[in-house]
Amino acid sequence: MVDRIRPYLALIATQVRGQASYRTSFFFDLAGNVFFLGADLLALLVMLRTSGSLGGFDRAQVLVVFGLSQVAFALADLAVGNIERLRTYVRSGTLDTVLVRPLGVLGQLLAMDVGTRRLGRLVYSAGILAYALRLAHVHWTPAKALLVVVAPVAGAVFFASIFVATATVAFWWIESGELGNIVTYGGRDFTGYPVSVFGGWFRRLFAYALGMGFVAYYPALALLGVRDPLGLPGWVGWAAPAAAPVAALVAGLVWRTGIRHYRSTGS
Amino acid sequence: MNVIEARGLRKEFTVRAKAGRFRRTSSVVSAVDGVDLAVERGELLGYLGPNGAGKSTTLKMMTGVLHPTAGDLTVCGYAPVPQRRRLAARIGVVFGQRSGLQWDLPLRDSFTLLRHVHRVPAGEHAAALRRCTDLLDLGSFMDTPVRQLSLGQRMRGELTAALLHSPEVLFLDEPTIGLDVLSKQAVRQFLAELGARGDTTVVLTTHDLADIERLCRRIVVIDHGRVVHDGTLTQLHERYGSQRRVTADFAVPVVPGDVSGLPGVTLESAEAARLVFALDSTAEVGDLIARLVTWGTLRDLSIAEPEIEDVISRLYLSPATSIMS
Ligand SMILES: Nc1ncnc2c1ncn2[C@@H]1O[C@H](COP(=O)(O)OP(=O)(O)O)[C@@H](O)[C@H]1O
Ligand SMILES: [Mg+2]
Repeated sequence: MVDRIRPYLALIATQVRGQASYRTSFFFDLAGNVFFLGADLLALLVMLRTSGSLGGFDRAQVLVVFGLSQVAFALADLAVGNIERLRTYVRSGTLDTVLVRPLGVLGQLLAMDVGTRRLGRLVYSAGILAYALRLAHVHWTPAKALLVVVAPVAGAVFFASIFVATATVAFWWIESGELGNIVTYGGRDFTGYPVSVFGGWFRRLFAYALGMGFVAYYPALALLGVRDPLGLPGWVGWAAPAAAPVAALVAGLVWRTGIRHYRSTGS
Repeated sequence: MNVIEARGLRKEFTVRAKAGRFRRTSSVVSAVDGVDLAVERGELLGYLGPNGAGKSTTLKMMTGVLHPTAGDLTVCGYAPVPQRRRLAARIGVVFGQRSGLQWDLPLRDSFTLLRHVHRVPAGEHAAALRRCTDLLDLGSFMDTPVRQLSLGQRMRGELTAALLHSPEVLFLDEPTIGLDVLSKQAVRQFLAELGARGDTTVVLTTHDLADIERLCRRIVVIDHGRVVHDGTLTQLHERYGSQRRVTADFAVPVVPGDVSGLPGVTLESAEAARLVFALDSTAEVGDLIARLVTWGTLRDLSIAEPEIEDVISRLYLSPATSIMS
């Protein structure tokens, strides 16, 4: 096992050293990330200030949803966020050199671009979640302690699947940047709010059909011990992490199909 | 057993282009159009053709980068795309236009990384690296970041990177493109030695004829995705009627006589005391010389073997490529 991942670890170590030669951009990225994260939080707080609650949830409860979503996204962003550079690799032909190494393509791409500079975002998100959980006076049980760890990880797998699936579009359509961003960042923003805020077909499509309600909203209900105003039974919150492997499976299929359609570029 | 076997290998690209404001047209380009090829272990094969002939596309299929549209292909007994990772362990690849090295780090670090990527035992790796360092003279820039290397230095690095895991087959796509004369020579010298050892099969694409002339006994010429010649250099000359050149310098200016009685001989130019004749494969040099001495006193005489450029340009003068647009 260790033997199998050693090449990838070597790739990670190599690229971290390469990145370290650009110290200033490392710093600016970190600062920029924290700034934008802060802007998201600020928008939410302003909304809460005027109405006091959102979708039937009070401030602390909304923050728990937001925190869970943010931690999940930050984890995914750290691990696979740079997959969006796949487009650049396809266009520049770097993917050719990746393909002639005796390693998995996805593993290599991820290892070639681990976003160490996004570590700050993870720490910041975890802080928000911890603060929100305190504010909401969660009655802790062993099961809830487990869920509060599993849910963000499952959420991260979910987001990672979106990252991979949208990046894969680059195999067919090299100029696919905007679409990927809309799905990825739109998905992040959607999951940060209680699902009950949204209505009609929009909610049905994103929360249930695309499974985004299971990333933060339903696990948060279980942690808070609150009934779903939309009427789903209580166990849904506990089962919500199961959406992640389904998403991963779909993303895996999309990825395989994409790789098979890779056509390189003329030189 | 053949190291590489291709039968009816084809690759089509669907190219979409904007036609007007909203309409898009799509057309199919046959980049490789039915290539048959068998390469034996230890061969050094030159894959030659003009730009856009389909050389890179062929190599990409052989290295598992691109999925063939049709045809059978095995390399080292593997189907390249489905068994990409296993194949990758046994081949080395240099794409002249792409870099497999770590841009921001010293050259040495790329080699260390490759030891892990290919899981080469430390001792073997060190030995292979030492050999390449000596032959390619890497010592002076081993600790220089790759982005600061000259093209020639980088190419020597790429060659080393492709060879550190002792591959059975080495694929080189335009390894000398853009290199200065000295680097070109270093690369050719290195490949000649590699070829002479005979345990590595080398497939080399190029449109630089000097590469081929120097290195390859067997030449495959491809044009518009099709093989138009597969054989030795000599066979290529014979087939395409390449010409030797006889240059005769006389002591004083002469008026050239008639050569119509000599089969295969044509007078190319006459300038004062120098006459140049072109001879095809049916011509007898001896007969020509016998005739020349009757015209005046010969001061010097030289016979030049056919220029490969001429041969290839003759090949390339197929109607589709000679149309100017
Ligand atoms: N990824 C690609 N997409 C579309 N057309 C391509 C692609 N790669 C190559 N081609 C086309 O296929 C033909 C052969 O290209 P290539 O194999 O790169 O030729 P060579 O290496 O001999 O110069 C060219 O007409 C080229 O434009
Ligand atoms: Mg090419």
